[in-house]
Amino acid sequence: MTYTKEQIAHLIDGTLDWDTTHRMLSNPKDENRFDKYIEILQERVKWDDQILLPLGPHLYIVQKNNGDRVTKCSCGNEFGNYKENWKLNATIFVRNTKEDLHEIYPRLMHSDPKWNELREYYCPNCAVQLEVESVPPLYPVILDFEPDLEAFYNEWLGRPL
Amino acid sequence: MSMSKEHVNVKQGIGWDGKTLKEMREEVDNLTRETGHYAGLKDLEFKESDPITYEKLFYRLRGGLVDARETSKRVAASPIVEQEGELCFTLYTPDGDGVVTSTGIIIHVGTMGAAIKYMIANDYEDNPGIEDGDIFINNDGHVGNIHTCDIQTMIPIFYEGELIAWAAGVTHAIETGGVSPGSMPTGPVTRFGDGYYVTCRKVAKNFELLGDWLAESKRAVRTTRYWTLDERTRQAGCMRIRELVLDIVDEYGVDVWRKFMRESLEDSRRQLISRIKSNLIPGTYRSLSMSDVPYDHELMGDLPEFAKLNYSVLSPNKITVQGDGRWKISAEGTSRWGWHPYNAHSVTYTSGIWVMMTQTLMPNERINEGPMYATLFDLPKGSWISPMNRITAHSFSWHFLWNAWTAIWRSMSRGYFARGFLEEVNAGNAATVDFLMGGGINQYGEIHAINSFEPAASGTGASAIKDGIDHTAAVWNPEGDQGDMETWERVEPMLYLGRAKKRNSAGYGKYRGGSGFESLRMMWNSKDWNNFHNGTGYIFADCGLMGGYPASTGYIWNAHKTDLKKRIEEGLPFPQGGDYNPDDPEWEKKLNAEFTRTKQSFTSEQLFKDYDMTSVYVRGGPGFGDPLDRKMDDVEADINDGIVLPHYAEKVYGVVIEQDEKSKWHVDKDKTKERRKEILQERLDRGTSTREWIKQERNKVLKKDAEFPVLYAYATSFELEDNAPFLEEFKEFWDLPEDWTLTPKDIEEITGKYLQGSGYLNTPEEEQFPEDLQRASRHWTTSEWWGDHWTKSNE
Repeated sequence: MTYTKEQIAHLIDGTLDWDTTHRMLSNPKDENRFDKYIEILQERVKWDDQILLPLGPHLYIVQKNNGDRVTKCSCGNEFGNYKENWKLNATIFVRNTKEDLHEIYPRLMHSDPKWNELREYYCPNCAVQLEVESVPPLYPVILDFEPDLEAFYNEWLGRPL
Repeated sequence: MSMSKEHVNVKQGIGWDGKTLKEMREEVDNLTRETGHYAGLKDLEFKESDPITYEKLFYRLRGGLVDARETSKRVAASPIVEQEGELCFTLYTPDGDGVVTSTGIIIHVGTMGAAIKYMIANDYEDNPGIEDGDIFINNDGHVGNIHTCDIQTMIPIFYEGELIAWAAGVTHAIETGGVSPGSMPTGPVTRFGDGYYVTCRKVAKNFELLGDWLAESKRAVRTTRYWTLDERTRQAGCMRIRELVLDIVDEYGVDVWRKFMRESLEDSRRQLISRIKSNLIPGTYRSLSMSDVPYDHELMGDLPEFAKLNYSVLSPNKITVQGDGRWKISAEGTSRWGWHPYNAHSVTYTSGIWVMMTQTLMPNERINEGPMYATLFDLPKGSWISPMNRITAHSFSWHFLWNAWTAIWRSMSRGYFARGFLEEVNAGNAATVDFLMGGGINQYGEIHAINSFEPAASGTGASAIKDGIDHTAAVWNPEGDQGDMETWERVEPMLYLGRAKKRNSAGYGKYRGGSGFESLRMMWNSKDWNNFHNGTGYIFADCGLMGGYPASTGYIWNAHKTDLKKRIEEGLPFPQGGDYNPDDPEWEKKLNAEFTRTKQSFTSEQLFKDYDMTSVYVRGGPGFGDPLDRKMDDVEADINDGIVLPHYAEKVYGVVIEQDEKSKWHVDKDKTKERRKEILQERLDRGTSTREWIKQERNKVLKKDAEFPVLYAYATSFELEDNAPFLEEFKEFWDLPEDWTLTPKDIEEITGKYLQGSGYLNTPEEEQFPEDLQRASRHWTTSEWWGDHWTKSNE
């Protein structure tokens, strides 16, 4: 099973027809998806650094020309070495009062801030909301994902990183 | 009479080649651990030499099991079984590994296996004996069941004197004789309030139910008729499966049958590894979920003093996908068990995640226990997910389980997203509540109990390519639905005055979660009737993904002593439809009554008389991506479709809207573009650098400056020996002094509240978790089971 680059582009845009989407969901995965996916994303970003792994709609692990591997926003802002939690270099806003939670949720439909707060992480440059954490107060900033890029590229994709 | 040693030695086991089931079990465990392949099968000889017969056998069995489910459920009277499909059948190896399962509540592929393994580990073969024609029943939460109301029937299948398989079926009973009516009471704080427990009991000979069993069991529950017909349902399904298996063995012979069963398990084990390698990314994934226990509240009634506390529990999750395609799933950091009915057996977690996997990683019919043997589970002893306490209550384990699983969805979705399989991304499952339960005298004058299963149609989580699906499914049974109102009205003494989409219940995001819904019920023609609610209220049960928000939390609404009768008679307005805007409630304006409108979403039994009203709010799913990236047309549709209130669409999605003369809302796209730019600037203005925030927050941590619910969650996590690494990570993150800790004693000093429970952790292991349970637990694929074989048996 394989899909065209155009179909993958539609998938990324949320505009792929349902029949094809359903086929994608039901059938074994297409082996070359990752390569087509990266190719499309690479064409769309405004910078030249090589995308190694997408982490979200606006967030990527990239390899720079000097060989550094960093986490990078679609706007170009860099969050440092990809092994470090990018959130530490983000802008944070914590909804830990009734007023701030009620700003976006109706009465009675948000958490009690004594039990549970929301932490919004923005890109400090373009302000896109990259992640929302729902945690009890005092919980450490969560390191969501530490990909093993070496194993992925060398062992799973069968090509050097 | 004494039996000579010689005589004991020559006694033949009922398993393969005269082996005892215990010998078979140990052989499978040892071979699997040592070789890394199920039962040591490095080659799939049968499958590879005769793939057509292999596939034919599988599909004949699978079809037979699905058929058994579909046919037998018509025997049931309970709408939970008959309407919602809350049943499942599985075929097991003689030594208790699930080989093929039907559709339905497939979490039980492992839980019924745990019961069979318990019987094997505890020498049931000798006493009470396992013979052709026997039927065994189990619903014990300490043996491996999920919660009291899941009743399991297990039938051994013999062929020419040899046990060749087990057929097993489970139904969700509407009521199990707990401290409150309804299948999942909120009131039990120890096992002894959960209800009628049956521990792997032989209840039949020659397939005829024993008189003492019938006498006792029907006296043990409130809803005898449902109980009896549910039992017939399970038995009918198991008998159909037995006949099918015997036909197959007649046709193909025992040798083929044996090979088929074991190779199916190894085949599925390999399939998991292959799917992980093709769909995910190796690495470490972390996430967190929480659950609330708000038990110090007047609506919780008269609980024992030691249980009257308001607190939350932590359920962190760490998945390590290895380069060899196997994975470790760790719940390190999970808070201790507690005096509530939300404790869960380890197998509910280890077996339960396959419900999720069949909806994403392995979306096919080959649901069995093979994948467990490519998985290592690390579940901290003493935590709510591995209580190791023989008196904990388990009647509603799901409250914690479905919250915990939202974290697993998110982690896996990060892998799918990175790999480009956006269609598989799911921001998480909804907390499938509010279950309205209760009992009393119904409209037919019978002693009755109910559990409205409307949450079987919660909203689903958003994906990375589209919104979640509105009011459609539940994580525990993808085939469920909310049931017809007319059916519920037939079996519950309550009429519907409304069913509507629940505004703002869908988690916000570029793609929003599926919306929940709400029902408005009026008591009708009942006597001495009590209802109670359950659902997460003080915390967000799930979390958004990659910039999306969690779905809303819940609340309850009740109206007692209403003037509804008079209003109906006089044609006056009265509450109908939904509680559309909780900021400006309408229902209270159309009714005189004593109202309850509160976040306290757990209650004990409250008296409801005719014309009293209650609302059931079924939750939505979490969202994906930054809401400011949501297409304007989609926001406009959400407002007009009653998914989101206009006021919140403006604030969350940054749309500028106006309403036309026909009340239809329109988004002004140019103004919205400008408004969204302003919101981006507002984010930067109100935000701070994370590193700066951490410095400030650290002072709070040093001072243990948090409220009781939160301090309790941490202290009851840190106190567990298996969570020591979690405490170390916590201290390292906040750069805390070496001697910093947070114990239940600290909380007692800070808050003045006495905490009861930690003492149980220091009793001898045999006292906490008796030998019969320990013996059975040695067959779960935990870090203890694997030992150092996990690292030795790399793929």
